[in-house]
Amino acid sequence: MDINEIYNKLKAVFGDDIIELKTDKPVDPFIIVNPEKINAICYFLRDEESLQFDSLSCLSGVDFDKDNLASVYHLYSYALNHKLVIKAIVPKEKPELPTVSDVWATAEWHEREAYDMMGIIYTGHPDLRRILTPEDWEGHPLRKDYKVQEFYNGMKVPY
Amino acid sequence: MSELRTEEMVINMGPQHPSTHGVLRLKVVLNGEIVVEVKPYIGYLHRCFEKHCEAMTYPQVIPYTDRMDYVNAMNNELGYAIAVEKLLGIQVSERVEYIRVIMAELQRIASHLIAIGTYGNDAGAFTPFLYCFIDREKILEIFEMTCGARLLYNYIWVGGLSHDIPKDFQKKVKEFVKYFRPRIDQLNGLLSYNKIFIERTANIGILPADVAINGGASGPTLRGSGVKFDLRKNDPYSIYHKFDFDIPTGTGEVGTVGDCWDRYMVRVREMEQSLRIIEQAVDNIPEGDVFADIPKRVKPPVGEVYVRTETPKGELGYYIISDGSLNPYRVKARSPSFCNLSLINQISRGYMIADLIMILGSFDIVLGEIDR
Repeated sequence: MDINEIYNKLKAVFGDDIIELKTDKPVDPFIIVNPEKINAICYFLRDEESLQFDSLSCLSGVDFDKDNLASVYHLYSYALNHKLVIKAIVPKEKPELPTVSDVWATAEWHEREAYDMMGIIYTGHPDLRRILTPEDWEGHPLRKDYKVQEFYNGMKVPY
Repeated sequence: MSELRTEEMVINMGPQHPSTHGVLRLKVVLNGEIVVEVKPYIGYLHRCFEKHCEAMTYPQVIPYTDRMDYVNAMNNELGYAIAVEKLLGIQVSERVEYIRVIMAELQRIASHLIAIGTYGNDAGAFTPFLYCFIDREKILEIFEMTCGARLLYNYIWVGGLSHDIPKDFQKKVKEFVKYFRPRIDQLNGLLSYNKIFIERTANIGILPADVAINGGASGPTLRGSGVKFDLRKNDPYSIYHKFDFDIPTGTGEVGTVGDCWDRYMVRVREMEQSLRIIEQAVDNIPEGDVFADIPKRVKPPVGEVYVRTETPKGELGYYIISDGSLNPYRVKARSPSFCNLSLINQISRGYMIADLIMILGSFDIVLGEIDR
């Protein structure tokens, strides 16, 4: 299904929670949605007969701009062979949005990674811990304003 | 002896243990010998690949991609190169595409040989391991002859290749194909249909297709569950649409669909299909210049792209955001082993601890790309 059709379909159900469709090239077209409704939107995308996005290819945390972080979802439907990119943008002061790990099990680890690297907090996640860095690491390394800690357990970090 | 008091026991497997295929720690909760829960702890090999990329120019990232799945460097480079080319909007020549496909398929065989060899080793069969490494060596020789490196090649560049193929490349590849076909049959006799090996792997770690799709499984792990899906066919990239090959899937030949043996056997059968692709490609490499399309300065316009390719482990996706400068704004690698490994708790509960080793091995994980 074409992204414009998907956009119209979502717009019909969720109204103002579907914020914007961006299709200017060479951008992969994507839809910006209201982060608070991400869980409901994902359930709809998965269960709606004509969409059937049964898998989450990739979930990435992105340092969107100076004040915002973004959680980017690359969806794919094995059943109908089509793709979709949706973005949820959250402010850096309060980077919280609901988890989608109950929709796609694979999101559990992806969300842990986004939390570890970007500091995005997924509310309702069953086990939101750091995944790649040690548990007592400070800060979120992939943020653009990240400063590496000077000492980690007595060891000098920047070499 | 009516009621014996039993307690659950927690055992740490790894981080330094041969059965975990790298530095991976599994925290296993056991009831006697039965697995109650598995919690993987990863990150021991974390090098912050994605942060490094932000300080590099686009071509400088390629050697870093080599080091993700280090037994499969060609396929890592291929996915990244395609993604950047898509951002730039350049089309590489036919000759480059043909050489890339041959390299990627040779690398797929080499990677599967490691997967199969070490899997036999996990089951206690040491001889197939050595046989696999002899054959893999022949592939590495072809790579070494072409670009001088044996493991981490930096061979596939944005817009082209680092070296053209040497004079007797085609001859060497054809010799290898001829040599390797009977070796697969030998391997089947030695390991695949070995009674002990089947006993260890059939009906173990059954992964149903719907769980696999929902859990993000890809590659042989997904196909072992009977899902006929291969990005080379279903979402073709490079020139894979030109070649004729089959997608082997798990059929439950010796057990249940989606068990460890099915995942293993998909890899063996994929090697045959890779040989078919190589055979079709090697005689048809067109003439041309492999350096002609390499851009002097890689500076993509503002935009973003998600490109996924079929590596031996599964779907490797690169999500690249460009802000119009010489360095990528964000590179995210979606590695197949990362997603496949996250399924281990779901499918290994209720099996014996010895089976857990077989289940882990059947995913063919490489920690370099899980931890990045």
